[in-house]
Amino acid sequence: MEKKVYENLVSQHKPTETRAQNAFIAFVTGGIVGVIGQLLIEFYSYNLDISTQDASVFMIVTLIFFASLFTALGFFDKWVTFAKCGLLIPITGFAHSMTSAGMEYRKEGPIFGLGSNIFKLAGSVILYGVVSAWFFGLLRLLIMGG
Amino acid sequence: MIYLYSFLFAGFVCLIGQIILDNTKLTPGHITSIFVICGAFLDTFSIYDKIIAHVGGGALVPITSFGHLLIHGALEKAADFGFIGLVMGMFDLTASGITSAIVFTFFFALLFKPKD
Repeated sequence: MEKKVYENLVSQHKPTETRAQNAFIAFVTGGIVGVIGQLLIEFYSYNLDISTQDASVFMIVTLIFFASLFTALGFFDKWVTFAKCGLLIPITGFAHSMTSAGMEYRKEGPIFGLGSNIFKLAGSVILYGVVSAWFFGLLRLLIMGG
Repeated sequence: MIYLYSFLFAGFVCLIGQIILDNTKLTPGHITSIFVICGAFLDTFSIYDKIIAHVGGGALVPITSFGHLLIHGALEKAADFGFIGLVMGMFDLTASGITSAIVFTFFFALLFKPKD
C-alpha cells in the first residue's frame, strides 16, 4: 500500500517538470519562428519593393518550402520531437504533416498512396478551418452586414 | 520592438498549444484544428486584424492566421456578392499556402526516400 502511495506521488510530481520544460521550449521555438517570419517579411518588402501584405505571402511560402525540404531530408522530425508545439503550431507544422504523410504513403502508389493520403493529417485543419470560417462569416453577415 | 512582440505572441500561442498537448489527451491534430477555429472566430470581430497590425509576422506564422485568412477572403468577396461570396472567396488568401504545400510535398515525396 505504501509503495502504491509512493508511486502515485512520483507519477504526480515527475511529469510536471518535463511539462514546464516542454512549455518553455515550445515558447522559445515558437517565438523564434515568429521572429524569422517578421524578418522574412521585412527582407522581402525591402528587397523586392512590395507591400507588407504581399511580403507575408512570400514569407509563408518560404517557411513552407523549408519545412517541407527539411522534412524530406529527414531531420525536421527530430526538431519536432524536441520542440513539439513550437514547430507544430506555426505553419511549418502544416507543411511537415503533409510532407511526412506524402513520404510515408508514396510506396502505396501515386493514386491510392500519395494522392489519397497527402491530406491525411493536414485535412482536418482545412476542413474545420473552412467550415468554421464559413459559419462565422455567415454570422457576421447576418449580424453586422459584412 | 515589433520583433519582441512577434517573439512573444508566436511563443505564447505555441505555449498554449504545448500546455493543452501535455495536460489533455488531445493530439496535435486536435490542437491545430482548434487553433484554426479560434483564428476564424477572432477575425469574426476583426480582433485578429488588430493583433496583426501590432505584432506583424509573429501573428501570421501560427496556424491561427490560417483561419483568419480563410474568413478574411470569404468576407472580402461577401462584401461584393453577398452570401454566395462566402464560398467564392474562401481560399483567396490561403491559396498560396495550400498550393505551395501541395507542390513542394509532391516533388519532395518523389525525390527523397524516407529514412526509417
